[in-house]
Amino acid sequence: MKDLVKASIAIIAISAVLFYAVHLLETSSATSGSGSISVYNWGEYIDPELVTRFEEETGIQVVYETFDSNESMMTKIEQGGTSYDVAMPSEYAIERMKENDLLLPIDQNKIPNLENIDPYFLDLPFDPGNEYSIPYFWGTVGIAFNPSLLEGQTFEQWDDLWDPTLEQEVILVDSAREVIGMGLNSLGYSLNSTDLGELREATDKLKILGPNVKAIIGDEIVEMMRREEAAVAVTWSGQAADMMWINEDIDYVVPVEGSNLWFDNMVIPSTAGNVDGAHEFINFMLDPEVAAQNADYVGYSTPNEEALALMDPEVTEDERFYPTEEMRDRLEVYENLGLEMLGVYNELFLEFKMDMEK
Amino acid sequence: MRALNLTERIRMAKKSSRPWYLIPYYLWIVLFVIAPIVLIVYFSFQDLSGGFTFSNYADFFSSTYLRLTLSSFWYAFLITLISILIAYPTAYWLTKTKHKQLWLLLIIIPSWINLLLKAYAFIGIFGLYGPANQLIQFFGASPLQILFTDFSFVFVAVYIFIPFMVLPIFNSLDKINPALIDASRDLGASQWMTFRRVIFPLALNGVKSGVQVVFIPALSLFVITRLIAGNKVITLGTAIEQQFLVTQNWGMGSTIAVFLMLFMIIIVLLTGPKEKGGALNGKAK
Repeated sequence: MKDLVKASIAIIAISAVLFYAVHLLETSSATSGSGSISVYNWGEYIDPELVTRFEEETGIQVVYETFDSNESMMTKIEQGGTSYDVAMPSEYAIERMKENDLLLPIDQNKIPNLENIDPYFLDLPFDPGNEYSIPYFWGTVGIAFNPSLLEGQTFEQWDDLWDPTLEQEVILVDSAREVIGMGLNSLGYSLNSTDLGELREATDKLKILGPNVKAIIGDEIVEMMRREEAAVAVTWSGQAADMMWINEDIDYVVPVEGSNLWFDNMVIPSTAGNVDGAHEFINFMLDPEVAAQNADYVGYSTPNEEALALMDPEVTEDERFYPTEEMRDRLEVYENLGLEMLGVYNELFLEFKMDMEK
Repeated sequence: MRALNLTERIRMAKKSSRPWYLIPYYLWIVLFVIAPIVLIVYFSFQDLSGGFTFSNYADFFSSTYLRLTLSSFWYAFLITLISILIAYPTAYWLTKTKHKQLWLLLIIIPSWINLLLKAYAFIGIFGLYGPANQLIQFFGASPLQILFTDFSFVFVAVYIFIPFMVLPIFNSLDKINPALIDASRDLGASQWMTFRRVIFPLALNGVKSGVQVVFIPALSLFVITRLIAGNKVITLGTAIEQQFLVTQNWGMGSTIAVFLMLFMIIIVLLTGPKEKGGALNGKAK
């Protein structure tokens, strides 16, 4: 019994010391009066230096967390628990979050830097008048490939992926809308199709692609391509830019049949605890110099006109990453298809994955 | 092992007419075991808009999910079988060594390292330019695609689960009274006979516990299906994760979880201790 008492006292004492240490650490890091904000962003989607700079300039501490899909981000915000102040969802997710009252309106008077944004990216159908969202980055979905591993083979259209010589060479991104959308586009259908016949046809066509598929993974794609473990990847433009940064043999193309054009935007979730701080952060990110540095780091395309002027023209004139307005018109933006349709897309994607198993 | 403890504890609780100090335990069970299970069953009868439906169960019996279940079972079976084949001799050898505890510690230490870290390490090891392929090339063969195959999946899963299989088998082998083995030899049994008639039955419960702690988690592995198998192997765990996080169809996710629980109960019943017959384990030493 004596031992038990001793052990209990030891455990309580250790817990108390740890608790006090945590308390000390927390108070010392949040010395400023303006408190802190928590930012919920995609992985590798901000220059960490800028977060530090924001903290120094404003005295607001930034708690930074990442997600890997719009859906998981929405689920987490819907559940509450953590009060995120700023998040970066894509356009169709914003539509859904608006429907479910998960967003707070943005006070544009508090964001003077909004004038730096190219009007092409403002007032878009998913958020008329930018009531709830401010553009962050934009980009496309396409094919990244390494011709030096493929005897000089190049890509122009989705159908090139079905080439029988590419056995076990193609990596796909682990996302139902991208993969099923690619199947739809390759058949000349819209990637927002809700026609079950078209979706069936696209899935059947994807199944033929099965033997060429090496893996279906997430952010690991970049490392795989950089280290020449894989020769071809269906991926987002910014990931391709990341690969090309390290491995100069890699090239990127947006297939001619059409593809996805997407916009990621900054929003303030309804769970926000520090709305003023969130506005300050959004305004900071729109500063031309900050946006230019961020775009250099992240590799995606910035909608910030003033920032473009500060960037290396070799980058901003590269039509693979900054397609002209005419080229953009060929591309489609994801629409919010509703939970029911999302279920259908995911069911078909699962079926496609199951079929690859041998 | 866990299930064994539970049934034992319940039996104990019944005997001792539920004293007050078991209250925290009951509270815990109600809040964190019974309530979640009830919630999962409740959600499994909901459709996307929250209405009552049986359609999730009907969908489960569609071809995709049945195939998914079958392939999950197949991989879990392979993983468990290979783990036993490696862990049994290892555990046996461990009981014969001088520094049992040290060797045991060395086998257990890798299980303290985070699963994700181990998975990422294997991406490097199995890569086209990784050590595994360098070894293959050293022997004159051309590099193989090891990563993103069902081989790499089973290999990494076995690697992860082996400590959990070695431990219970080692414990039951170690408990066997050496006098029993001596007696068997004195009475003229061969090595093999001694193993088959004395050691194996006495250690069987260790194997059963090992099967429980390996087979059940193997059914629902989900991180390494993506990182190591490149989503070419899909388990019930992956499907549940997808339903909750991506599709946001909590009803379907819960339905798969309900079936997973049913499978687990069946496995625990199959591998649980029997009242008669082989109830030789736990012989006090």
